[in-house]
Amino acid sequence: MTTPAPEVHISIRDLTMAYGSFVIQQDLCFDINRGDIFVIMGGSGCGKSTLLRHMLGLLAPAAGDILYSGQSFTLADEQAQHAMRRRWGITYQSGGMFSAMTLAENVALPLQLYTPCSRGEIADIVAYKLALVGLAGYQQYYPAEISGGMLKRAALARAIALDPEILFFDEPSAGLDPISSRLLDDLILELKESTGATVVLVTHELPSIFAIATNAVYLDAASRTMIAYGSPTELRDHSDQAVVRQFLTRGSNPGEPTEPAARSGNE
Amino acid sequence: MSDSSAGFQLVQQSDHSALLTLSGDWLQGSRAGSFAALSQQLHQATPESLVVDGAGLGQWDSTLAAFLLRCHNHCRQEGIPFTTRNLPAGTDKLLRLATAVEPHRQTAEPRGSWLAALNPLTVVARSTDFIRESLAFTGELSIALARLVAGNSNTRFEDFRHFCYQAGPEALGIISLTSVLVGMILAYLGAVQLQQFGAEVYVANLVTIGILREMGVLMTAVVMAGRTGAAYAAQLGTMQTNEEIDAITTMGISPMEFLVLPRFLALLVAMPLLTLYADLLGIVGGGIVAGGMGITPLQYISQTEQALAIHHLAVGLIKAVVFALLIAVAGCRAGINSGRSSAAVGQAATEAVVTAIVYLIVADAGINIIFQQIRF
Repeated sequence: MTTPAPEVHISIRDLTMAYGSFVIQQDLCFDINRGDIFVIMGGSGCGKSTLLRHMLGLLAPAAGDILYSGQSFTLADEQAQHAMRRRWGITYQSGGMFSAMTLAENVALPLQLYTPCSRGEIADIVAYKLALVGLAGYQQYYPAEISGGMLKRAALARAIALDPEILFFDEPSAGLDPISSRLLDDLILELKESTGATVVLVTHELPSIFAIATNAVYLDAASRTMIAYGSPTELRDHSDQAVVRQFLTRGSNPGEPTEPAARSGNE
Repeated sequence: MSDSSAGFQLVQQSDHSALLTLSGDWLQGSRAGSFAALSQQLHQATPESLVVDGAGLGQWDSTLAAFLLRCHNHCRQEGIPFTTRNLPAGTDKLLRLATAVEPHRQTAEPRGSWLAALNPLTVVARSTDFIRESLAFTGELSIALARLVAGNSNTRFEDFRHFCYQAGPEALGIISLTSVLVGMILAYLGAVQLQQFGAEVYVANLVTIGILREMGVLMTAVVMAGRTGAAYAAQLGTMQTNEEIDAITTMGISPMEFLVLPRFLALLVAMPLLTLYADLLGIVGGGIVAGGMGITPLQYISQTEQALAIHHLAVGLIKAVVFALLIAVAGCRAGINSGRSSAAVGQAATEAVVTAIVYLIVADAGINIIFQQIRF
């Protein structure tokens, strides 16, 4: 639907995140291009999920701004923010599926709220979205009745219900077996390619990062700011930050950045 | 929406195949194509194969993909070969993705309708389940209590103290309000009747006996069922959801001893004390109304003193202990047996309050009958 020209879709400008006076990350400044699969990475507790929550507007920045297609989200009024959010699809760490509703009702909810579609059309779209994530025929199941991997995929079906421009994932493959995790990666890749959506992921699953990410940012817990930005493979082999190389090689590459070690041969 | 020619056309080909040409913008709300119309045409035509041509398509979104999926599924059902050509690249890929997995056939028995829930057999089956579950819970609780008495229990005194505070001092505000009002209501009710015989002064006796034996403890129990019983169910239900109860069990600690017992004992301690407090305030409330009817405070107090007998107080306190037991059991049982979702926790809290109140009223009636028989 969109041309893959390197056009800035989301920009983070001098963002400082804090809970009260406790600063979590400061001076974050980077761009996410349209059609990117962008990974926010970093050790546990560095503020990855907090950054995502800021981008989603669930938390307000202490300083700085977040722009979507050049439009400030932080400064926009409630109505404009709402309009921007409508073009996003979000899956939460533990699914966030409404447990009192069937999968079909979960996926249908955004369609009922925001599209003029009739009931029949909505049922068709729901069937299609569930089929897309490999859950065809599971319409009448409740979230409690399906497995964790299926729950993640069902959450993805709900996230893509409105054909979003941006897809946000918070730890999509946490708690999944390697194969389910791989299938989810493939699905994200496939969806991104056929719809042209921008994908923002918070994850520290290395195989996942190398398999799908086109660009990434590394948040450092010690210095409380971003210390690396670029493609993950590039960062693994040539980053000037030892922490980043260590992170991307599971701590097994404390050597010099100039010599790209051929150890992580899994990709 | 801009393109008026959005839609589809089914053309029968000479070789018994059908050509479905799609055109225009297929966007949400453009009502480009309804599958029902196509399905009718397909039934009439009964083609041997279906070819979908998307050369004339403009913009598209999920509406198109959903339509194609229905076509694909229809053909799969009827055993007709289904091919596509000239479709936008994205759609083709998405369609392949959507049809990669066979639709799941529901193997579980169909979910019961609301009518089935009224079936006497199911009602009986559910009640027996409930009774069995309650008995099992009571049994486990008794074992935990026995272990506590024997001195080898994992119950933490700190938890007990914490729950005592929650069930006791924190409840004083709401109990004060309800008991004063109930005392006033009782006094009004009695005064209107007693006035007819010129015996207003006996309002004090009525209020004292009514509050001590019945209303003080019952109102306290109802408030505690809503306040503490529901809280217990919600706490334990959420712990079940968070797998905290699993963690406790696998550490070799009985959830009964660790979670249920402190709550149960706290309520058992708090309820009689709250009842005494409620009794006092109820009598004060009655006094306020009596004062308004021309009875002097001195008259009211001396009349109350006459009515105040130790056995009335004892009846109330015995009830308080029984009610505390029932509220704690109803709350904790609902919480421990809760499902693992937000809806299930809500259900557990509701169940805790409803069963507690039913238990209270049944137990109250039973205790009253017994005391009446033994003339206590």
